[in-house]
Amino acid sequence: MNTCGTDNWAEVEARSKGALPPEVVDFIEQCQSDPQAASNLIAVLHMVQERLGYLGQEQLDAVAQLMHIPAAKVSGVATFYHYFRLRPCGRHIIRVCLGTACYVKGADRVAQRLKEELGIDFGETTTDGLFSLEASRCLGTCGLAPVIMVDEDVHGQVTLDQVPVILDRYIRNARE
Amino acid sequence: MVTLTIDDQEVRVPEGTTIMEAAESLGIFVPRLCYHPDLSLAGACRVCIVEVKGIDFFVASCSTPVRPGMVVQTNSPVIRQARRDIVELLLDNHPKDCQTCERDGHCELQNLAYAMGVRERLFEGERKRFPLEDSGRSVIRDAEKCILCGRCVRVCAEVQGVHNLSQQHRGFRTVVTPAHGATMDESACIQCGQCINVCPTAAFLERSDTEAVWEALADPKRHVVVQTAPSIRAAIGEGFGFAPGTPCTGKMITALRRLGFDRVFDTDLSADVTIVEEANELVRRIREHGPLPMLTSCSPGWISFMEKFYPQLIPHASTCKSPMSMMSTLAKTYYAEQAHIDPNDIFVVAVMPCAAKKFEAARPEHQMPNGRWYTDAVLTTRELIWMIQCYGIRFDSLPDGEFDAPLGIATGAGDIFGTTGGVMEATLRTAAELVTGEPAIALEFKQVRAVEGLREAMVTFGDLTLQVGVANGLTNAKTLLDMAVRGAKQFHVIEVMACPGGCIGGGGQPYPPQGVKVLDPDLLQKRASALYAIDGVKKLRRSHENPAVKELYEKFLGVPGGAKAHELLHTHYQARLPRGIL
Repeated sequence: MNTCGTDNWAEVEARSKGALPPEVVDFIEQCQSDPQAASNLIAVLHMVQERLGYLGQEQLDAVAQLMHIPAAKVSGVATFYHYFRLRPCGRHIIRVCLGTACYVKGADRVAQRLKEELGIDFGETTTDGLFSLEASRCLGTCGLAPVIMVDEDVHGQVTLDQVPVILDRYIRNARE
Repeated sequence: MVTLTIDDQEVRVPEGTTIMEAAESLGIFVPRLCYHPDLSLAGACRVCIVEVKGIDFFVASCSTPVRPGMVVQTNSPVIRQARRDIVELLLDNHPKDCQTCERDGHCELQNLAYAMGVRERLFEGERKRFPLEDSGRSVIRDAEKCILCGRCVRVCAEVQGVHNLSQQHRGFRTVVTPAHGATMDESACIQCGQCINVCPTAAFLERSDTEAVWEALADPKRHVVVQTAPSIRAAIGEGFGFAPGTPCTGKMITALRRLGFDRVFDTDLSADVTIVEEANELVRRIREHGPLPMLTSCSPGWISFMEKFYPQLIPHASTCKSPMSMMSTLAKTYYAEQAHIDPNDIFVVAVMPCAAKKFEAARPEHQMPNGRWYTDAVLTTRELIWMIQCYGIRFDSLPDGEFDAPLGIATGAGDIFGTTGGVMEATLRTAAELVTGEPAIALEFKQVRAVEGLREAMVTFGDLTLQVGVANGLTNAKTLLDMAVRGAKQFHVIEVMACPGGCIGGGGQPYPPQGVKVLDPDLLQKRASALYAIDGVKKLRRSHENPAVKELYEKFLGVPGGAKAHELLHTHYQARLPRGIL
């Protein structure tokens, strides 16, 4: 068939590859020969988030194009799972456990204090890009309730007064 | 075969039959909402629940297969109460604006609530809030009216192969949108409007242009010209109680005159012009080894689909404007000249079976040299029905009227444009003569009437054998196009109409009467037979024999495919983003 000039696939493909880390592109290409190639979608989204910290529109569109999965479906999956972040997150992610044990030990008040100190709500990032605040399901350390996690660090039996102290540690580290 | 009991009646049905289907074979209609026989099963709404002996919860009859010895109860005080509760819960999360809603009287949720006996609202809670997305030229989306039945998602994916809609987010925040919540026109949407057709409520609607038309009609300085597409006459009667398939051409024309249109022109005439141009283009391409297969270009949903999903095929598309755009162009050039009217004073209204025509009319390619539009407003069949009702016209008792000269005579070939295979058949009638130099003896090419969605045929005239393909519904089109792209088959010409059945099943056609499913093949068949009936009794059935068309070329356009015809009647296409994913 005569398919001169009007095909934009090469352009779309190049832009899609450019939007993703190279190892993700490689992984997608390896998967494409699978009989159930599309079933790797969630794994691919995990890879992207692991590397970039979030799933932007550009990345979701790129995954859709390269995996040949409709963009509406990819965006449907990404918005369905709480785990996937759709906006860039701060350098540090603070997760406040709102599981039952933490809750009865006052996690809601800890969360409130964090929101006041940071000036943001759950799911938001501070304007300086340092902190993102997230509500979390049970973290499995109920003995330490109420618990917050900052990145991989666990802070147990957090009191309201400790909140600014904990934050300060990360703020000072960032300045150095 | 499986034997079971439904409402104390024994029934034998094939294995794999659902409870709902088995009940239907006994004449028992189980209420339903998200179910559509031509779409995949969702089991989302739970309205069709029934009791099964030995199972201590209600089962969705649409998605539960029968088992031997099953004892099913479709009606009991308990089940009626449960169904009513389910519908009430849907209503609880739905605006209470039935009286001012576009679908008042045609709403499946409204009808269902009445049928289930919901007479008061017992549940009141927080209601979901989403902004109205009305930026689209063709399709607008009101997520607050959505009940998440998923029919639009399924029709878009399964029938149209577009996959533009999906449920986003979860729980209370779940909403049906294109990827990233994009607006319709910035998404992969091709504006076919099938989401509007299958939506049980008013979550999807066409953008209304009625206000602009009322204004133009009331303006004495405007010369308001209307054109009606072939398929309008086959469907408009349904809005006024006529049986589906009743041709209402004459009443429609009279109704348009009473509304105040200064001239009533027939898009069928420009369909004839399209054929003259397109048949010439086809024969030229065959002789000069131009890009083949040639793809037809009348269906704007298909054109958008090609630009987004198959941009590599753009050189194959016929450059002919659609009949609508040809008629609008001729109204503001040829007719303006003949009638000595300033084209800027002419307001062209197109009545179309189609949502995508609204998008087509607003394409920059269809602007006049001074930046105004050739087509000023596009009304769907539904909008015109409403305007006639609003004006208080008793449609059923109207006398028959006739289209106006010089753009009012059409051959039978123009009439059948509104149904799948019609453009192909009309093209063949004219191309046969162009190739052999003699009028085609056989006029009816029944082998290209793709009632089942997809047709391939070989047509021979003289020493030329044409391999032709016809598809309606874009999933069917995809099958043909992929064959062509892979080179698995050498087609000469492929006709694509975006909507099931062609324009007769368009996204702007009347909602079916209560009890008839949307896109019912029988209903579409009846509308199609109305067009074939009109064609069958016409003396002139080949486009190039149309005296008005001959006069148009003699007085104004010159020769088919000539410079003036090219300037006014042809267009171009371009790849569009986002690129669709097949």
